[in-house]
Amino acid sequence: MSTLTQEPERIVAEQRPALRRFRDNLGDIPRNFRAAVMRSGWPRSDRGRSTFVFSSLFLHFHSVRVHRWTLRWRTTLGLGVISAAAFVVAFVSGVLLMFYYKPYPEAAYLSMKDIHFVVPTGRFIRNIHRWSANVMVVAVFLHMARVFYTAAYRKPREFNWIIGMLLLAVTLGLSFTGYLLPWDQLAYWAITIGANIAQSPRELTDALHLTQYFDPGGLQKLLLLGSEDVGEEALIRFYLLHVMILPVALLSLLGVHIWRVRKDGGIARPVDADRRLKPLPHDTYPIFTEAPQKTYHLAALVRGRTPAVGNGPENTLPAMPHVFFAEAAVFMLTICICLVLALWRDAPLKELANPSIPENPAKAPWYFLGLQELVSFSAFMGGIGIPSIVLLGLGLIPFLERESRGTGEWFGGPGGISLVLRSIAFGLGAVLAIEAFAIRFGWIRQWWPAAPQLLITLLNPGTVIAAAYAFFSLSLVRRYDSTRAGAVGLFTCFLCGYIVLTVIGTHFRGPNWDFFWSPDQWPGH
Amino acid sequence: MSVMRPVTTSRSRLDPEPMPRRDFLGIAAAGSAALTLLFSLFGIGRLPRAAVLPSPSKKFRVTLPQSLAPGTVFMPPGRAIAIVRDADGVFAISTVCTHLGCLVKQASDGFHCPCHGSQFKADGSVVRGPAPKSLPWLQIASVGDNTFVIDAGRVVPPGTKVQVA
Repeated sequence: MSTLTQEPERIVAEQRPALRRFRDNLGDIPRNFRAAVMRSGWPRSDRGRSTFVFSSLFLHFHSVRVHRWTLRWRTTLGLGVISAAAFVVAFVSGVLLMFYYKPYPEAAYLSMKDIHFVVPTGRFIRNIHRWSANVMVVAVFLHMARVFYTAAYRKPREFNWIIGMLLLAVTLGLSFTGYLLPWDQLAYWAITIGANIAQSPRELTDALHLTQYFDPGGLQKLLLLGSEDVGEEALIRFYLLHVMILPVALLSLLGVHIWRVRKDGGIARPVDADRRLKPLPHDTYPIFTEAPQKTYHLAALVRGRTPAVGNGPENTLPAMPHVFFAEAAVFMLTICICLVLALWRDAPLKELANPSIPENPAKAPWYFLGLQELVSFSAFMGGIGIPSIVLLGLGLIPFLERESRGTGEWFGGPGGISLVLRSIAFGLGAVLAIEAFAIRFGWIRQWWPAAPQLLITLLNPGTVIAAAYAFFSLSLVRRYDSTRAGAVGLFTCFLCGYIVLTVIGTHFRGPNWDFFWSPDQWPGH
Repeated sequence: MSVMRPVTTSRSRLDPEPMPRRDFLGIAAAGSAALTLLFSLFGIGRLPRAAVLPSPSKKFRVTLPQSLAPGTVFMPPGRAIAIVRDADGVFAISTVCTHLGCLVKQASDGFHCPCHGSQFKADGSVVRGPAPKSLPWLQIASVGDNTFVIDAGRVVPPGTKVQVA
């Protein structure tokens, strides 16, 4: 019946001459176009903004309303957003670099020279790319630490923790593949070492006399390089991984990761978060200022953990504008950091790659130098064995630790901050003692040159440190009668070990991987 | 209106089929999809591994300098090998470190690797550092006139030397 009542109006409109209607329509284009894009009209009220977020593909990664706990800056320190923002910066600057970069040996190096010295803003864009990649690696590690120390990996967020592990691996893969592209000495020898680390399962299969039957190491290196040496095939493969395969993988995983944050109930918060929050300022309206237009029909499907169900909206705020402002601020901060770093220091570019003269020392990017330090004891254990154990252990944390005390709180759970400090003390002490011993007295082969390789593979400073950390963690489980305490111990020790080994590899290792107190003492070569 | 006729099979129409038609079709569809995926993955997996590797030939000729005294090492430029002449003959060893593929440098007591500090004796055996194996000895043949053909792709047992007239 309602259509009938509108009919006369339409007829009146139709009665205008068609040419006039055409002119009116022409004038209405901006308004009608906007209405076609923004289906719910320009967002002016809380409800309008909520509908706007809800009906936009990209914005509805956010829940429409978020808990106030999420918006305290010390809840997340903005680390996830920094990671994503650094990726966006690296993505944009990387696409710009692709205008000039040519993935072929020598031509690659010459195009890097062009980017540095000929292309307007080329060097600056490359610096931004390099620095945003570094910022991303740091932010991803810190983000993982934040999630761990607030025990936010717990049910129902176990799966997202694993997605996070994969994102960490892809982030490191992106950095590693990008390292070869300049085709300078630094790149060539770092990738030679990296590719041989991929081949290092041979150390184990050789020791067991299995290589001629089963050679996963050789296969890995062959697939990575497309050849036996680092050459044109390797360069095009690394380029493909760097600009296509890994970014697509990262974007897909990132989509799942952010989507799951929303679906798992937003940022983890303590059960008594509502009680701990101060009351809202007077000028904020925590609830809808107008009655909601419709209820969620989805309620039948939605489980109890979504933010709104069962809690009432009292302590939530609309994502738009509150979350958006916070995100925009963090995004701008990230861009600022990248720009300042890019102005401060140029990305390195050494001489053209020379396959007959190794760099001395040949160093990987800094975040791999901890691994390179371990690799200098045993290629397989340092490059593949221990990293795999660490990744596996980190991935299993949410399944081995299923307590509930302290979720969403910094250093929550048994032991609190004192447990973390105790773990830092042990973590630093163990790695420093074992490293000092190995640097001062050497290791098995110096004492007993005929030692079987299997013994060295299984018993080297890297495995000793890992075993010490594992025993420490188990002792914490017993002492505190809590799996969370063990996880805190293990994670803290892992961070300490990573930092100490990285610092040693970066600062204290010189030519021939010898120990030097300072790079000033390196012999000239 | 059709009249119900008695079914002639031994099974009643009301009994469940041994395998319902939909289940059969579903299994067939899933099976053929899995098979297709398997074959295409096999093809995709085969692609990145070339049948012929784009590496330069590993067989090459080296002429030793006339002045090379017995017991000294000659490292031809651009090749990852060292040729040693001693009282018993001439032999070639690889200078690619068995640890992570850096090129070792000649030192007074053998070879040192610049990357992670592995050290080898003059006969290639490892004495310290992370290298898991000794430097391999390579096939070498004399073609006269102080010239040798070396095949860097062929490893020979340590101690294999070629006699020079």
